[in-house]
Amino acid sequence: MKTEQADVIIVGGGIMGSATAFFLRQRGRSVILLERGLLGQQASGTNFGNVRRQGRFLPQLPLANRSLDIWRRLPQLIGEDVEFLPSGHIRVCYGQERVGLLEEYAQAARAYGLDLELFAGERMRARFPFLGPEVGAASYSPLDGHANPRLAAPAFGRAAARNGAQIFENTEVETITKQGDDFLVSASDGRIFKAPALLVAAGAWADKLCLQFDEPVDLVARGPQMGVTEPVPYGLKTVVGVTSARDEEILYFRQIPRGNIIFGGGGRGPAYPDLRRAYVMPQNTLNQLRQLQRLAPALANLNLIRVWSGIESYMPDDLPVMGPSARVSGLHYAFGFCGHGFQLGPGVGDVMAELIDTGRTTTPIEPFLISRFAKQKSERTRSAQAGLDQILLNVEE
Amino acid sequence: MAQPRVVIVGAGPAGVRCAEQFVKAGLRPTVIDEGRRDGGQIYRRQPENFKRPYSALYGSEAERAESLHRSFDALHAAVDYRPETLAWNISEGRIHLLSGGRASSLAYDILVLCTGATDRLMPLKGWQFAGTYSLGAAQVALKSQACSVGREVVFLGSGPLLYLVASQYIKAGAKVAAVLDTSSFKQQLSALPKLMARPSLLKKGMSLVAAIRRAGVPLENGVTPLEIIGDPERGVQALSYRQANGEIVNVSCDAVAMGYHLRAETQLADLARCEFAFDQTSRQWLPQTDTDGRSSVPGVYLAGDGVRILGADGAENAGRLAALAALADYGHTVMDAELAALRKQQLAMERFRRGLLQAFPWPAQQAASLPDEAIVCRCECITAGELRRVVCDMGAIEANRAKAFSRVGMGRCQGRYCGHAGAEVIAAAAAIPIAEVGRLRAQAPVKPLPFNLVEDAS
Repeated sequence: MKTEQADVIIVGGGIMGSATAFFLRQRGRSVILLERGLLGQQASGTNFGNVRRQGRFLPQLPLANRSLDIWRRLPQLIGEDVEFLPSGHIRVCYGQERVGLLEEYAQAARAYGLDLELFAGERMRARFPFLGPEVGAASYSPLDGHANPRLAAPAFGRAAARNGAQIFENTEVETITKQGDDFLVSASDGRIFKAPALLVAAGAWADKLCLQFDEPVDLVARGPQMGVTEPVPYGLKTVVGVTSARDEEILYFRQIPRGNIIFGGGGRGPAYPDLRRAYVMPQNTLNQLRQLQRLAPALANLNLIRVWSGIESYMPDDLPVMGPSARVSGLHYAFGFCGHGFQLGPGVGDVMAELIDTGRTTTPIEPFLISRFAKQKSERTRSAQAGLDQILLNVEE
Repeated sequence: MAQPRVVIVGAGPAGVRCAEQFVKAGLRPTVIDEGRRDGGQIYRRQPENFKRPYSALYGSEAERAESLHRSFDALHAAVDYRPETLAWNISEGRIHLLSGGRASSLAYDILVLCTGATDRLMPLKGWQFAGTYSLGAAQVALKSQACSVGREVVFLGSGPLLYLVASQYIKAGAKVAAVLDTSSFKQQLSALPKLMARPSLLKKGMSLVAAIRRAGVPLENGVTPLEIIGDPERGVQALSYRQANGEIVNVSCDAVAMGYHLRAETQLADLARCEFAFDQTSRQWLPQTDTDGRSSVPGVYLAGDGVRILGADGAENAGRLAALAALADYGHTVMDAELAALRKQQLAMERFRRGLLQAFPWPAQQAASLPDEAIVCRCECITAGELRRVVCDMGAIEANRAKAFSRVGMGRCQGRYCGHAGAEVIAAAAAIPIAEVGRLRAQAPVKPLPFNLVEDAS
């Protein structure tokens, strides 16, 4: 059987892999992308569709900013509309408990070029009249918004393919070995692919591949709990998300111009990477219906028409794995985006292509390196940041 | 061993006979029914204050309908009957319910899904106009509310229900403009040997045809429907079709009742994670069971038209068989002779089923020739052209992929109305066998769920 060869092999065709393939082609690198199913079917295709920067781990904002810049240029860049709408995003809290945290975050985010405006009281009611009486404050990010996750990753893949990337769907990677300067990737049907650089962008399936290079990670697969209403007149243009210390309160929703309201949150469901299935738990659905009415009482009159889930990968510190391998030269990672990778996708693709092409990136990704897990064995590095984590955790797409 | 907790979904022929069998064995099943009263679709009972006699409501099936209703009435004290209750999800051994705006759930050891069937629909240009009904809906209007769906109704499609509903409308005094069957007389003739498996039913069918002709209603075979002519203001105005001889005819009407035999309601089986297989004969994906109704999931049994379309008599047998299978699995003694007799009857039902599919085939080729501007998915207003675009330009040749890209099957009905036709459009556009297109995965809720429901403690 003929061995396919390229400058770079990407394992995984989610938004990370597809975008990286696209940007590598822009840099003139030849690319093979291997996807076990179809492009963008799991976390990338089933998530909420948030294109949101606020609420993120602050050192992630430069990456999120780079990504937002690409989202805004996307139709020109890839020649397809993936329904990105910079509609604005509000992060709200119930009562007064977390108002201080919203303020602190807004203050700190300014240094990263993210301008947030805090609304409370009459001013908040006037600006966002749909919010329920328990909502205490809203942090408004005017440039954030939402896009259609079902379209984004496949659109990047098609654009990459039009520019010469070789994309192999329904191709299950079995083993990866390094022989000399080259990675040899064998698929379950016996096909062999060869390249001097390799990117593992395999989401919840990445841990098995990391293990092959003796870089184990504690990855947990979980499923987002999503739902959508019937279409109603377009009125709720701002994306809304709740920040809370209680999982069951962390809901988010957005309305799309055709009228449906898409929502998610309030906990996660079971996911089975081997079966390629993830489920929505009925009790989560019921909690969502309850919480959404609290968040926006007018939603009480609507009907839920469908729920869905997908397979997401979570890391113990709620941060992704991104950057070069600490052990194997030419090997790179971009996975484990912990339910908040969709917005980052285009930026990650751009950064990973830059990194693979030039060996460096202008965007800081230090906190996301896989080497942090080796270090963490001896020292709990992030415990010092506990105060910050309070603000940063519980963010989802 | 503690008595197993038995939940039956559906109170049509399969559900009622299934419940009866459990009661005979000393168990008290819970029967979940979406309907206001038992009887299912075929033996739907009229509202309490309606007084039409059985003969008027069910014609030749009056005796069977009455027998089923009496049987269930007799079970009243022995079962936990929950009418007007939607089973909206199944997860981890519990079935989730909604009734009167209240949500609750029930744990089960034995779950028998007797979910029945609905009309199988083939889109037609203009079928979004008000006045277009499925045959089943037209029949519900008549049976349940004594209403006709229009002043002048065209009956279009194929299958036994086409003739049954048309003749019921004629009998009720409604004006039937025409009965148009897409299958040819030759196809029907060729199926006769198989249809002879149930001679009495064949005879009933032929008498329906005769009744339609006697009433002077135009009845044509081998037609090709072209378009429902109408507008958003006035709704349906006429139906345009091509006759078997090639001539194009417009028949004036204000309602069209259409359907191409039936499709199994399989969402709950899917949510229960039962395995499915493609049935070439009917060109639909069906949940797999053994002869007696055991699904691939332990504790979950399937019976009636929700598994394969054997009709009401076959469903009664299947309901009994599924109960017997579950009882046997729970250590009850089941009479072999009883099982054998039911299984034997089901073989004849299966032969007849194949005969019906041969006589009244699903007009798959119509999907291929559907004009680009015709709407396939009415919930989301997606045209055949848009669906073909995602197949041809975006490579979406799998049903769920095409849904993700085009939204076909993404709306309120979740593809229950357009899923089969959508798959045919995809198969034709991609030039691949229909089985390769796959099937739309069911997602909860089975029917839309109101946000403002009240949760009961379970």
